[in-house]
Amino acid sequence: MTATLDEQELQGRFEDVIAADQRIEPRDWMPEAYRRTLVRQIAQHAHSEIIGMQPEGNWILRAPSLRRKAILLAKVQDEAGHGMYLYAAAETLGVDRAELTDKLVTGKQKYSSIFNYPALSYADVGVIGWLVDGAAICNQVPLCRCSYGPYARAMIRICKEESFHQRQGYELLLAMVNGTDAQREMVQESTNRFWWPSLMMFGPPDADSPNTSQSMAWGIKRHTNDELRQRFVDMTVPQAEALGITLPDPGLAWNEERGHYDFSEPDWTELQAVISGSGPCNAQRIAHRKRAHDEGEWVREAAAAYARKQESRR
Amino acid sequence: MTEYTAEGGHGAVPTEGVPTGSGTTKGSWPLYEVFVRGKRGLNHVHVGSIHAADAEMALHNARDLYTRRNEGVSIWVVLASDITASSPAEKDPFFAPAGDKVYRHPTFYAIPEEVPHL
Repeated sequence: MTATLDEQELQGRFEDVIAADQRIEPRDWMPEAYRRTLVRQIAQHAHSEIIGMQPEGNWILRAPSLRRKAILLAKVQDEAGHGMYLYAAAETLGVDRAELTDKLVTGKQKYSSIFNYPALSYADVGVIGWLVDGAAICNQVPLCRCSYGPYARAMIRICKEESFHQRQGYELLLAMVNGTDAQREMVQESTNRFWWPSLMMFGPPDADSPNTSQSMAWGIKRHTNDELRQRFVDMTVPQAEALGITLPDPGLAWNEERGHYDFSEPDWTELQAVISGSGPCNAQRIAHRKRAHDEGEWVREAAAAYARKQESRR
Repeated sequence: MTEYTAEGGHGAVPTEGVPTGSGTTKGSWPLYEVFVRGKRGLNHVHVGSIHAADAEMALHNARDLYTRRNEGVSIWVVLASDITASSPAEKDPFFAPAGDKVYRHPTFYAIPEEVPHL
């Protein structure tokens, strides 16, 4: 029914859709490099959500009150949900979730650097919500307009839920800074540890990020690493002031001329080291994920066997 | 040097040397597409997909995944492999028959303004 089109015409149509700021949908023709870029990005985004359950999940059984425990449980369940939305989006590109999980546990695909840092105190639950989820929101809001439809739709759902994550974290910190000196000290100490890793979440400076321009041309990425990092700093400084804590950067200062805060350069060698496997928790995170997956094997098999039996009796 | 960028929600991940998969399935649970009725009076709308061993598990998992915040009052699940779809291209001749039948729209007909209730 459909006339065969040559590659050039298909490419032209693809580019027209992108230029008109419309969405590419799963069964549309797309350049192979566009597909590969999306699979990589969506899969590693999904892995980040799944691994992201671990630092905070560690605190569920030690939450200071039933209220905090219910909130933390709901948050960690959301992270699992976000991972599932994203795996579902990745699968529309012709990959299989089981294969992506395999690539995660064998280290062939990565997850965000930030989850290789440990959560050492309950203040970290608040700071992760405030800074880490705050940085994630900066990254994720523009992805709601990503040119690939299923990814953009997943991001809309995720962003609605991330807002809860950030606000519960900030509220937790407000409770602590209005508590004892020891609690205020916990918030400050946690902020000191998470500030730089949070800035690193946006990736290296634009000059060292050559693939960004292609992703922007395809409408996958909407802002550069440095633009998003600046936006995050500008949003966060007044929030820190409201908490009455300091951010651990002596170079942080309002720049009237630019209309933005100036801040110091993060230690990029640390980012390199953490991503390439030398962060504080890399091995632990993957070992935990692999163990959970392996220990679930018999459940998956039993459920499949039960389904086959039911089917045969119909 | 490996290229890292902030792509994906939680930031810096490598963008080079990352395999993206062959698309082969390894006997995992089948894929179900999920449709949710947001509230009474609305159609079911496609919201995403989910893997499950059977349809009943798909319903339960879809509830946990897609309606954690009262997003639905009813869920349909259907095996993704059971869906028959038209070709998606915008200029697909499949949709051409509707393209030139402007007389199917009420605005095609000029009616004097003074005629009421039309």
